[in-house]
Amino acid sequence: MSKLQHQLALSRRAFLVGLAGAAVTFGFASGEDAAQAPESGPFEPTIWYSVDRDGIVTVNITRAEMGQHIGTAIARIVADELEVDWSNVRISAVDTDPKWGVMITGGSNSVWADFPRYSRAGAAGRIALIEAGARLLGASPSQCLARKGAVVAANQSISYGEIVKRGEPTRKFTPDELAQLPIKQASERRLIGKKTDALDIPAKINGTARYGIDAVVAGMVYARPKIPPTRNGSVVRAVDDSAAKRVKGYLASLVLEDPSNTVPGWVVVCATSYPAAIRAADLVKVDWAAGDAARVSEQDILDYGAKQIAEPSGGALLVNDSGIDSAFRAASSTLERTYTTASVLHGQLEPVNALAFEKDGRFEIHTGSQWQSLILPVLAQALQLPQERIVMRTYSLGGAFGRRLNTDYAVPAALAAKALGKPVKLVLTRPDDMRFDSFRSPSIQQLRLAFDRQGRVTAMEHHASAGWPTAVVAPAGMPKTADGTPYDQFAIDGADHWYSVGAQRVRALSNELANSAFRPGYLRSVGPGWTNWAVETFMDEAALMARADPVAFRIGLLDGTGRNAGSAPNAVGGAKRQAAALKRAAEKAGWGATMPKDTGLGVATTFGQERAMPTWVACVARVRVDRSSGAVSVEKLTIVVDAGTLIHPDGALAQVEGSALWGLSMALYEGTEFVNGQVKDTNFDTYTPLRIGDVPELDIEFIESTENAVGLGEPGTTAVAPAIGNAIFAAIGVRLRHLPIRPAAVRQALVPQRSGR
Amino acid sequence: MTSFHINGRAVTVDADDDTPLLWVIRDVVGLTGTKFGCGIGMCGACTVHVGGRPTRSCITPLASVAGAKVTTIEGLDPEGKHPVQQAWADLQVPQCGYCQSGQIMQAASLINDFPAPTDGDIDAVMAGNLCRCMTYVRIRNAIKQAAAQSRKVAADE
Repeated sequence: MSKLQHQLALSRRAFLVGLAGAAVTFGFASGEDAAQAPESGPFEPTIWYSVDRDGIVTVNITRAEMGQHIGTAIARIVADELEVDWSNVRISAVDTDPKWGVMITGGSNSVWADFPRYSRAGAAGRIALIEAGARLLGASPSQCLARKGAVVAANQSISYGEIVKRGEPTRKFTPDELAQLPIKQASERRLIGKKTDALDIPAKINGTARYGIDAVVAGMVYARPKIPPTRNGSVVRAVDDSAAKRVKGYLASLVLEDPSNTVPGWVVVCATSYPAAIRAADLVKVDWAAGDAARVSEQDILDYGAKQIAEPSGGALLVNDSGIDSAFRAASSTLERTYTTASVLHGQLEPVNALAFEKDGRFEIHTGSQWQSLILPVLAQALQLPQERIVMRTYSLGGAFGRRLNTDYAVPAALAAKALGKPVKLVLTRPDDMRFDSFRSPSIQQLRLAFDRQGRVTAMEHHASAGWPTAVVAPAGMPKTADGTPYDQFAIDGADHWYSVGAQRVRALSNELANSAFRPGYLRSVGPGWTNWAVETFMDEAALMARADPVAFRIGLLDGTGRNAGSAPNAVGGAKRQAAALKRAAEKAGWGATMPKDTGLGVATTFGQERAMPTWVACVARVRVDRSSGAVSVEKLTIVVDAGTLIHPDGALAQVEGSALWGLSMALYEGTEFVNGQVKDTNFDTYTPLRIGDVPELDIEFIESTENAVGLGEPGTTAVAPAIGNAIFAAIGVRLRHLPIRPAAVRQALVPQRSGR
Repeated sequence: MTSFHINGRAVTVDADDDTPLLWVIRDVVGLTGTKFGCGIGMCGACTVHVGGRPTRSCITPLASVAGAKVTTIEGLDPEGKHPVQQAWADLQVPQCGYCQSGQIMQAASLINDFPAPTDGDIDAVMAGNLCRCMTYVRIRNAIKQAAAQSRKVAADE
């Protein structure tokens, strides 16, 4: 069971506990006479929502709102089953409380994981309201139905609000009953799959949306850190703040004592305003003993990975079919290639920040977080407080993309507030934020393929080395291979693809040099961002070797047999659905058409994030290459996605638009370099994500489906880079095997052509 | 002491002359719709109007706005229904939303300067506004829709 699946299972258990508790207090108003019960509380059939006396439904959202309009999607799931009018639905982003179970937003799986619990909670409420409404109407429940927030029987009806005012509890659901509750057939849905406006958008248009950086409390001081020379192992030898004392408003420079070892070597500079904190921090001189990473750079990490790959032992064998070595020995021909990717920064637009203070015996942390359940125990350790005495207040996230899964920035804010005895609002400047990023690790991968005499694929190996985010922040939660070796699923997902390639071996290698030199991060799709770059570039190279069309070659391998047949509930149809998405994308993009000079179409297809929850993606990129400058222009991306049921179709489209452009940005415009313990780029002058003028035409289509809803936040990123690389090959005949693809690399690759090879 | 107008209101601020306008707006005046992104004028999240022109408040010293009229996202339209804001809602532009105050302020100037903006105009004027969620396709379409709406209103008047 993967870490995330484990977390989800935990939260499912928590849900049942919550419902069991709710069954006891399952409550309509207790008064027998409505007139005598004016203070009757709201109806809360489960912890997930309430219905008040005006019929307003408030849905509790435990997932972070970071641009995916998750509250809207979850509220639609509840409202559809509950049969409530959408205009009466509100969302509430909840603070941390053990009753919510595990709080995490990542892995593209919020909708997938939350659909069962919220739909059944909605169905339970509907059943209870119909029974109570029927009683009040003097009808039998079987004669009643629920529509638009009212229970209707023949010619009479009663609103949910009225029922809550007058009703009394009768119906109880055991956890088992809840788990068995049928939910609607797709054909009966009234909200799911229909167009709607996202509930979080109005506040994001008029300036009223509240992000962590907007949090305030009376008496707070502002703080900015001095980021140490290495992420790990730095020790403060001396602090000289004499120059900072000239800054009006400067208060103090705190050398943090951190029992959790989250921010070793941090000095936090406090002032009465943030501009004063920025200036003072610039003037504070800190003498550090740097950690070992001060002598580590990007190439060292790739070299370390190359050595791991060359060593036949070590690592985690996710797939290790018997007969693979003999298949390679018996091969008529083989293909072996190595692919690399550079470090990638999150660059979420809201720099990380947190406001921390003690109030009424509790520590409050006001910040945006994607994984509250991971950081709460760390905060407890840092503050030397029981976890029950720490609460995290919830804010919108000004971009996350995985950065805020690691809420490490809350720790220094809390420690500074404790040391100062005052509320501290810590904000990182952009350079601070980038230097403290949990960036995407560099990666190196080697792939091998065996063909028999007939040109059939008989075996495939995939070895991948990169920093493992989970090995650093949550090692105990890592899943294990059949032989008991733990591995970070997020650093290898994608290599365990749905192609039928005969005997297969997938080996995940934890790049310990990366893990110690910095804190490897989860960045939009994580491993699938590099594994699919390798797999899908390799498939093109294999098709060329087999003298096959790249689309036809892939479809031939996506035969849906054996382990690739797929299974209920999440992967019904298996590789056949991936093949269908690929066929459709090729058809839409005009695959096979003659292209103008130096222009080409390239294809790639993936299963999104993970085998347990595949989102079938296919992309055709059309690029034009300027041979003299090496510049690559992406003219069009045609993308077809099969994500099963779409809850909020426009939100789904927005996720694919954004994630596809992330894929393009990481293919051509992003990527930094780790140099002596620090990332080279620290602001948007030299770190250059895609801007509006670089956006190609996008043609995005979803395959109509009523299968289980799966993820959409990340899958769009995974197919774009290899499609672009393959299109470059189609356009000018050169093969690039490193991300990002810089013009200099394209020019370099063209040199042999110019010299006549 | 520096005095200026913000969203039609006169304010006098006691802060150093070289304090970036952004922090005065956010932490002194208390209008937090204007955002901090990069501090070097490279992302556009802090865009406000000074004397009607789009300005990166993170690199604008307080002293330079003495006597000027500053408009932030909160003051763009009394009801938050500027044609750009309406188009932004209609086309569901924002994702995380953090850059959108700056995008909207920049776009409001754009349709004023280019009543019928071409793609080239949009590329040029919006190049300084980074959207990390990459809502660019919708930003472009919303600018065109807002411009068309403004032209229609102007023609009707």
